[in-house]
Amino acid sequence: MSTLPAEPLGSLVQPGQPDIPPPRARLRSRRLPYLLLLPALAWLAVFFVVPTITLFSTSLQTGSIYEGYTLTFSFSNYLDAWTRFWPQMLRSLLYAGSATLMAVLIAYPLAYSMAFKAGRWRNVLLILVIAPFFTSFLIRTLAWKTILADNSIVVELLNALGITDVLSLVGLTTGDRVLATPLAVITGLTYNHLPFMILPLYAALERLDIRLIEAASDLYASPFAAFRKVTLPLSMPGLVAGTLLTFIPACGDFINAELLGSMPATAMIGNAIDAQFLRVLDYPSAAALSFTLMVGVVTIVSLYVRRAGTERLL
Amino acid sequence: MSDPIRIAGDAALRLVSLSKRFGDVVAVDGIDLTIPAGSFFALLGPSGCGKTTTLRMIAGLEEPTSGQILIGDVDLAGQKPYRRPVNTVFQNYALFPHLDVYQNVAFGLRRRGIRDVAAQVEQMLAMVELTGYGKRRPSQLSGGQQQRVAVARALINQPSVLLLDEPLGALDLKLRRQMQLELKRIQSEVGTTFVHVTHDQEEAMTMADTVAVMNDGRIEQLGSPVELYEHPKTTFAANFLGQSNLIDGAVESTDGDLAIVAVPGGRLAVPLDRMPGTSQVHVGVRPEKLTLTPADQAESIPSHHNRLSAVVVETRFLGVSTEYIVRILSGQRLAIFVQNAGQPDQLAPGADVSVSWDPAHTFALDVRQAADAGLDHAGVPA
Amino acid sequence: MAIIDRAGRSDRADLPTANRRPRRTPVGWLREHIVLIAGLLALFYLLIPNIVVVVLSFNRPEGRFNYNWNEFSVDAWTNPCAVAGMCDTLAVSLRIAVLSTLAAVVLGTLAAFALSRHRFRGRGGTNVLIFFPMATPEVVMGSALLALFVNMTIVPLGFWTILIAHIMFLLSYVIVTVKARLAVLDPRLEEAAMDLYADERTTFWRVTFPLALPGIVAAGLLAFALSFDDFIITNFNAGSEVTFPMFVWGAAQRGMPPQVNVIGTMMFVAALAAVVIGQFAGRRRRMR
Repeated sequence: MSTLPAEPLGSLVQPGQPDIPPPRARLRSRRLPYLLLLPALAWLAVFFVVPTITLFSTSLQTGSIYEGYTLTFSFSNYLDAWTRFWPQMLRSLLYAGSATLMAVLIAYPLAYSMAFKAGRWRNVLLILVIAPFFTSFLIRTLAWKTILADNSIVVELLNALGITDVLSLVGLTTGDRVLATPLAVITGLTYNHLPFMILPLYAALERLDIRLIEAASDLYASPFAAFRKVTLPLSMPGLVAGTLLTFIPACGDFINAELLGSMPATAMIGNAIDAQFLRVLDYPSAAALSFTLMVGVVTIVSLYVRRAGTERLL
Repeated sequence: MSDPIRIAGDAALRLVSLSKRFGDVVAVDGIDLTIPAGSFFALLGPSGCGKTTTLRMIAGLEEPTSGQILIGDVDLAGQKPYRRPVNTVFQNYALFPHLDVYQNVAFGLRRRGIRDVAAQVEQMLAMVELTGYGKRRPSQLSGGQQQRVAVARALINQPSVLLLDEPLGALDLKLRRQMQLELKRIQSEVGTTFVHVTHDQEEAMTMADTVAVMNDGRIEQLGSPVELYEHPKTTFAANFLGQSNLIDGAVESTDGDLAIVAVPGGRLAVPLDRMPGTSQVHVGVRPEKLTLTPADQAESIPSHHNRLSAVVVETRFLGVSTEYIVRILSGQRLAIFVQNAGQPDQLAPGADVSVSWDPAHTFALDVRQAADAGLDHAGVPA
Repeated sequence: MAIIDRAGRSDRADLPTANRRPRRTPVGWLREHIVLIAGLLALFYLLIPNIVVVVLSFNRPEGRFNYNWNEFSVDAWTNPCAVAGMCDTLAVSLRIAVLSTLAAVVLGTLAAFALSRHRFRGRGGTNVLIFFPMATPEVVMGSALLALFVNMTIVPLGFWTILIAHIMFLLSYVIVTVKARLAVLDPRLEEAAMDLYADERTTFWRVTFPLALPGIVAAGLLAFALSFDDFIITNFNAGSEVTFPMFVWGAAQRGMPPQVNVIGTMMFVAALAAVVIGQFAGRRRRMR
């Protein structure tokens, strides 16, 4: 029962657990669960829930850092922020969406190989997938600056093959450069969130009974049809979980845009929030943007919870 | 460190009006049971009949809604499991995965504060034939070996009662047969009261001195395996243990110590002391008690035997015996087991036959009991 | 381990067996192995940046920025703390990581036990609440906390605010990890312990806790890594304190020395070693 590799994502990533009966309800110690839960819950209440409320209230204030802020319930802050920053918001959705799509395309073959074709190497592969995740992601993201530098092998190859010209037409790159273009940002986003896509997918595929695919073959399905009709639908929960865990953080990311993109052409909403908060010091606008992002996340998660139930989350 | 209640001597286990409800569901419905000390007792029934719940209540893992659990004079109901001189062998063995075999077996002794466990552990391991396995982990053992460790772990504490919750369910047939003999041997060696819960009627009949058949939270019948098999008191018991042919009829008259029951196609004699006291009955007889005679040889049947004419519908060769399915006048089908004693001729489907048997082998049950109690959908014992 | 595992999968897991025809042509070989190749390419994509980091640690950069290969040198390895202030930030990050991990593991484990072992009102809601810090973008959480700290000036921005922030977002991960481990814990083991004369407390310490420990350790390791590596939330709430990720961020603007790569390589090796040791320890415990 190896616990280390797949633990981070909880029951999303439980490879093949045996059938365990649910715990019998302990009716005797009524107060105990609340006591156990209290410290953690209190911490979250004070340092997560309250700040969120504070954020909301900040977003409704007017003033400046010099004069001070007063709560004026000016919902116009939101309209103001949206009109000023809609390009960043749109870009965030676009980049995050592209990164998620790329992550699916890259992660699926790997997860599939790990689940079905790896055999003895499965644990090694798991280690290789997870270990990079534990090293400073800033440093690793900066490594992409080297990989995608103007004179690097990769970029020279892309240029030689003419791929960069094609990508330029779509607006993903500019001229001969890959660095400081949308493609670089998307690549970085994909890379950073890849483990979050691989692990849930792997868990879902690993749980798949291979005999189902054999049954499909027995019933005249080609390998691709078997994949489409059996494997893909059954891996859906893992796919959905991975998508959630990729898209949402990617939306709010700003590190990739700042390190690998060029401001302001590739600025995402995260960059805008960061700038407004720490440089421009326009707290109400920053808070408004931040809260908008929060609401977006809550909405998506709520939809997911509605369909999957609260126990499946964790 | 806990000190369990110690009960001296050979005390019987008594359940008095024991009930358990889960919300609206009554799992155990006021059962009364006396299990003599030192006996091998089986609690037999289909899934969901309440037998496991009963066992868990004796162990203390489930609190009864009402009733008493007495060993000797001591009422255990309400006591925590660790205070009861009762140990359990769980269905999935529940061996502690983080401890080795030695530590698993010594667990109960250590909790009671006993330091010098080595001798006892070795003795127990020898008894279950696992000497030398002390350092292994449960995950390194086969199912049969794990089961034996579970038995050792429980018995080493010399409980007043040992509870076994379908311990052989996960084993394959051959191993199961082997373990049945093992457990029987151990029980006679040690002399502890064993309470064995199972849904396998063959297992219950081979191992137990006394069997209680449970259904829907109640005890249908209690007795020795032979008694239960030959004299079932309910249709459930008749169908659940082995197989029965049940023919409906009305009581007509008596003839000495026999009752005469009219059924479609003739009259059947039933010993008076087997009659349930109602005017309408199921007349029952076990398939292996029946004899098949070709219709043209019907004179060879003893005159006092019950007989019915029938037509052979199906034959199934089972190796040891042949099962015949015949159709009597009313359209009902009867099953007959004929031992393959080497007789040359086998009756073919379509043959006209006479089904006959000695009235002493007949039993009768109240017709109001469902004729299909104890069978599942396929007509097989549940 | 059994040859056939729970999902009925045998060790030679090539499928689908019904469609196997011998492929002798190169195109055929490609088609049959396409998934595996794609998978390996994906793995390559995942590992390339790490390899670059390691390689560049042996570089002597031309200018201030260590992004392009110049010439081989072990200078950075022999003088890892040569860069001003970097090792101080490492110490800060380590202190914060250790403290926040300890706090989060204790609070989180208690909460995990409550959530997985007991049924009580508000359990569903609590599960959702705990899920949110994992799903919320760090920008939002970091900025919200900043707004809180700025409004309530009890705690000045610095070491303690970073610590508070870290414990906050680590809790969810710890709870999820420990819960996952508790979910696989067979409750019948605890029943067996009680059947064998262990009272509630003894059962907990002798059976439940040892079996939950791997999950708690895993949670601790995860928490440590997440805390040490955190940038966004830390950056918002650091005040004048500087942690290692913040140093790296600054270096990306000011000048990136190869020593940063050295640290990155050491972290990678340490993480790899920890995971491998964890795997072996688990396997050895099962063998003994």
